Amino acid sequence: MPKLTIDGRPLEVPPGTNLIEAARRLGIEIPHYCYHPALSIAGQCRLCVVDIEKVPRPQVACNTVVAEGMVVHTETERVLETRKSIMEFHLINHPLDCPVCDQAGECWLQIYYMKHGLYDPRMVDEKVHKPKAVPLGPHVILDAERCILCSRCVRFCDEVTGTSELGIFHRGDRSEIGLFPGQELANKYSGNVVDICPVGALTDRDFRFQVRVWYLDTQKSICPGCARGCNIEVHVSRRRVHHAEGRRVVRLKPRFNEAVNKWWICDAGRYGSAFVDGDTRLQAPARRDGEKTLEVAWTEMIPLAAGRLRGYRADEIGILASPKLSNEDLFLLRRLCDALGVGAVDYRVPPARPGDEDDFLIRADKNANTRGAELVGLGGADSRAILAAARERRVKCLWIFCHDLLASAWPEGEVLDGLLGAETVIFQGTNANPTSAYAHLVLPAAAYPEREGTWTNFEGRVQRFRQALPPLGRALPDWEILGRLLQEVQGAPRPARAEDCFRDLAATVPAFAGMSYRSIGDAGQLVQTARP
Amino acid sequence: MSQSAAEPIEPILTRNFGRPDSHTLTAYRETGGYTGWAKALALEPAAITDAVKRSNLRGLGGAGFPTGTKWSFVPKGHAGPIYLVINADEGEPGTVKDRYLLERDPHALIEGMLIAARAIGSRLAFVYVRGEYVAPWRRFSAAVREAYDAGYLGRGLDVVVHRGAGAYICGEETGLISSLEGRKGWPKLKPPFPAIKGAFGAPTIVNNVETICQVPHIVNRGPEWFAALGTQTQGGTRLYSVSGRVRRSGVYEASVGVTLRQLIYEHAGGVTGNGRLKAVVPGGASAAILRADEIDVTMDVDGLRNAGTMAGSAGVIVMDETVSIPDALRVVARFYAHESCGQCTPCRETTGWIYRMTERIVEGRGRKEDLDTILDVARRGTGTTICAFYDGAVGPYISYIEKFRAEFEALIPHA
Repeated sequence: MPKLTIDGRPLEVPPGTNLIEAARRLGIEIPHYCYHPALSIAGQCRLCVVDIEKVPRPQVACNTVVAEGMVVHTETERVLETRKSIMEFHLINHPLDCPVCDQAGECWLQIYYMKHGLYDPRMVDEKVHKPKAVPLGPHVILDAERCILCSRCVRFCDEVTGTSELGIFHRGDRSEIGLFPGQELANKYSGNVVDICPVGALTDRDFRFQVRVWYLDTQKSICPGCARGCNIEVHVSRRRVHHAEGRRVVRLKPRFNEAVNKWWICDAGRYGSAFVDGDTRLQAPARRDGEKTLEVAWTEMIPLAAGRLRGYRADEIGILASPKLSNEDLFLLRRLCDALGVGAVDYRVPPARPGDEDDFLIRADKNANTRGAELVGLGGADSRAILAAARERRVKCLWIFCHDLLASAWPEGEVLDGLLGAETVIFQGTNANPTSAYAHLVLPAAAYPEREGTWTNFEGRVQRFRQALPPLGRALPDWEILGRLLQEVQGAPRPARAEDCFRDLAATVPAFAGMSYRSIGDAGQLVQTARP
Repeated sequence: MSQSAAEPIEPILTRNFGRPDSHTLTAYRETGGYTGWAKALALEPAAITDAVKRSNLRGLGGAGFPTGTKWSFVPKGHAGPIYLVINADEGEPGTVKDRYLLERDPHALIEGMLIAARAIGSRLAFVYVRGEYVAPWRRFSAAVREAYDAGYLGRGLDVVVHRGAGAYICGEETGLISSLEGRKGWPKLKPPFPAIKGAFGAPTIVNNVETICQVPHIVNRGPEWFAALGTQTQGGTRLYSVSGRVRRSGVYEASVGVTLRQLIYEHAGGVTGNGRLKAVVPGGASAAILRADEIDVTMDVDGLRNAGTMAGSAGVIVMDETVSIPDALRVVARFYAHESCGQCTPCRETTGWIYRMTERIVEGRGRKEDLDTILDVARRGTGTTICAFYDGAVGPYISYIEKFRAEFEALIPHA
């Protein structure tokens, strides 16, 4: 491996590493716009210049590969002056409309101007005018005047999605990003161009004028949209509750994970968080009494639900758990089933239509934790047989988690007969759906940004999602509801935190042996059976 | 080995220009055409490259890079295809020489390509012809057909004639390659250099039309003869396109050691307008301007480099005292703003800015800091871009203002 020196500090990196990546290993940030580790080298912005000993002119770091004995300087007078000049050039035709730009606060023109620019502007002439507020597709909107023509978005569509909707048209300072004729930026990953756009040229239509980014709080999370479990950041607005039309989760951003999703997420995942603040959220425990639905306190609901569960023989209870529940939830449910002696438990409900899948990130299984549900070892019954038993009055208490059975592949009549056949239907989930309308008891669950937990993705990677928000209304995390029920049924102390549940899981289920929240970390950890 | 360039030299590139049928195979053969190729067939490829090295032939498109050295960059023993690309995208303002060669001596280019392709091991050559050059393209295409019919082409070398679409940047070596590949004509990042990874990912040698037209003569008459026609560091003759305020504008062949004064006063018959020379651009629009007292320089690559300008494409643009230098800069600045490909930030953003400042000055709305801003911006942008386009634009920006500053200041109110 080549040994080199950057700013006087020696290091050794694999051959083929460029100077931006090599410097990054030392914690030295070489400013750049067009370079992105996932994309081909463009070398257009010219900001990443460095001085290399024995080379007469400054070189761009992005297109310079390390060589044995190379001596690199990133902060020479000449480099600093060149950076300052390049910053000035980037900004001469920029509209400087930061006060109305969504990117403000996370804009690399602002960041680098403050760090590397700080010149006195000399541009007094009319700036070049270009199209503004141009929708490129369902999710992305373009302001060509703000664009610095780094070509990242073009390269993304050429190299990552292979869809090539975007190009750079015209020449010189009239150059602009645009769609090829007849095209629309509607590929399944289009939102990623907003993330990789270093400026405010490409912004999210969904986020447009919603809330200033400096009012956002962020938390590490996992996308619940499919079995991939893309790593994300949840961005929540709590300090300006009147902004973003009252939405708390205002956007999701991909979080880099080399083994799972790299830098990307799909649009379905990115724009799939509306349910968290949606009108259908279940916000209070409720009991249906004839035609009336009565809200009740948890202190009333827990004994009520536990009483119903204890009131039936174990073989009169059927449970349709959900592969959207976390490992912790599923483990507590398993313990509760053990305590009650219930065997009719399954989590598999076939979707009405097979899920969309591709060869990149999107998985057909739209549940975040199918693999976890398999591994936790819940039940072993068949879900359709449980429903049939309810229809035949053998199962009298049907406990359904999350599922909308009426949107499943099962015939509607079969589902309705099952739902109407059971004496007691308990629904536990985050949002109301046509199935929950048949419930006698409704247990409102916290949505994933409102709680802690782990999911196991299709490859067997256990990944943590963290709490960004308090639960809406009186909703509680599923593990908390199940823990309270277990306490009520068994008298056992209930876990105080999701992490406690996970610790018990790891101590009990071999696939999770030796794992902890700490060992899972930010990158996730493969279960025993999935490790190479 | 500089001969006195004042002596008329034997025409080499232009030897057939006088014949009305000079573009035909018959005429070409009558004056010794394709005998260089016959000789080259008896030479090992490495011997051809060596001869071209010893001839001191330097690229005549603009950069002046030693041709034989460029050829030797092709990886030895390369297994896949190797391409020869002829740059006939003559776009440098003030330059028309390649047009003359394509129209009046197209077989010289084909013969040169045969020899060059043998030297570098290429079996497929592309000729990238400027889009606006319709007549030259027709003439050259007809000559290619003749050469196929006569069996020169199609037996080891095929030629594809490709027309550009009218962008100056496609005359830049790697912009040309991008365009040839069907992409937007953006110059490519180097490394890799074209000789290693060029057109369609294969080793590629890009040579100018005139450069390749010299090759048959070098093989035919020997590298020493060719080297002796020029200066110590550059061999041969070249074509000078002389335009502007001269009595006889046109294309003249002379030694690379001819002086600028000789070209203007002897070849082109002297200055018109008010008859008094004010300034000369010696090597196409991208070359720094010279004042009237700076024309006693030889026109070879190193001679003009030492004079702070460049030989470039040898497009000599003559200005008499009635020409407004600020106005000339406005025209040149508009050209660079119009032709910048827009890939690199410094060039994309500042060619337009400098044009707008220049235009303001010429229109009497200049501000006293404008001149220093132009100079500072141009200096800061120099050497920061992927290709040489911007450095070419900087030549006029800086030299016009530095050498004729008073003329600019006179246009600026309160300067």
